[in-house]
Amino acid sequence: MADTEQPEVPSEPQGRHVTYCGVCTLPPEYCEYGGTVKKCQNWLQKAHPAMYDQIWSAEALEAATASLSVEAQKRAAKDAQKKAAQAEKARAEAGGQEGQQRRHDKARRAEQAQKVSKEFGRKFATGSSVTKVPSGGEEIVVQGDVSDEIEEFLLEKYKDMIPEDNIEFVDDKKKKSSS
Amino acid sequence: MFKKEIQAAPKSKLKSSVQRSLRQSLLTTYPLLHRYIDEILPKKGSLSAMKLPDRCTLYVLDGEPLFFQQDTTTVLPHLKLVHRFPDAFPSIRIDRGAIRFVLSGATLMAPGLTSAGGRLPSGVVTVRAEDGAGEQLDDDDRWTRELEKGEPVIVRAEGKSEACAVGFLVMGTKEVKDKGKGPVIEDAHYLGDGLWKLATDS
Repeated sequence: MADTEQPEVPSEPQGRHVTYCGVCTLPPEYCEYGGTVKKCQNWLQKAHPAMYDQIWSAEALEAATASLSVEAQKRAAKDAQKKAAQAEKARAEAGGQEGQQRRHDKARRAEQAQKVSKEFGRKFATGSSVTKVPSGGEEIVVQGDVSDEIEEFLLEKYKDMIPEDNIEFVDDKKKKSSS
Repeated sequence: MFKKEIQAAPKSKLKSSVQRSLRQSLLTTYPLLHRYIDEILPKKGSLSAMKLPDRCTLYVLDGEPLFFQQDTTTVLPHLKLVHRFPDAFPSIRIDRGAIRFVLSGATLMAPGLTSAGGRLPSGVVTVRAEDGAGEQLDDDDRWTRELEKGEPVIVRAEGKSEACAVGFLVMGTKEVKDKGKGPVIEDAHYLGDGLWKLATDS
């Protein structure tokens, strides 16, 4: 009893495989809401160039922003600004001959600050430490008058993370004189 | 529901009788799963459950999160499962403006659905068939059957192909159309929440 005429069984519908962002774990089209847009973009461009072109192409972005109201656009711009304010640098003149630079590093995590601080110390052969500031966040205190070098060093080493505009020098005399 | 990060808890294997009853209740709740159920829950697979805070249970198969359940209410699909089988669950669509709020865990409100970018069911199919016959997304991206209050639903978003949240309707879709305001889905599971980020593969 050879049943040759077996009706074609429709194969089981297969589940789709969805790619998720390697940075924020969301589907790439939702990266814009994940808070790490820049990193996500970089990742996607490397890992899935085709998908990157599809999501972040100029036309796609235009279509996305065109449907937003003016107010929403403003809000989006503000959000982006906030995230960009990653690094801010402050300088404090010490009473003695040595100057002290403070580099506020609010956005980064403690261990990263530690790492960067170590690098400063090694690079400039000075003391460098991470302290908590009362206003929240952390700052790296570097001994010695090396602020210009620090800027150069930062720009070179963290080119992709810190835009030049985000580094600024702040004279911090008041703080010093009170202590 | 899962705004906070959730710590991974030990998993426990489920008895096969429990697996069977879960399978049955899934098919009752989501008739459209009939086509996929053997792929989602293979007969031989060993399903395990993870206990989460707030009396939630997450069902995991081979490290893949499948469904979750609070107390003994209806089982909801995990978003990763929704992404694998998007047409197996009834859905609604929100407009672009509402996405950011949904993704930060806000209650979904009616205007996000009634505006030009939102999609509510068309109501062509009026009776719920046992095998979900006739239920699907139509050309206009609308689900064909009006959904009742308390039904589980998938939230998709304007301009996106993947779903962004899962939850229970606190207002029937017909009422949403009539009233046009008020909460529609409270306490959803959304992209990037604690449940989404929970590591289940260990």
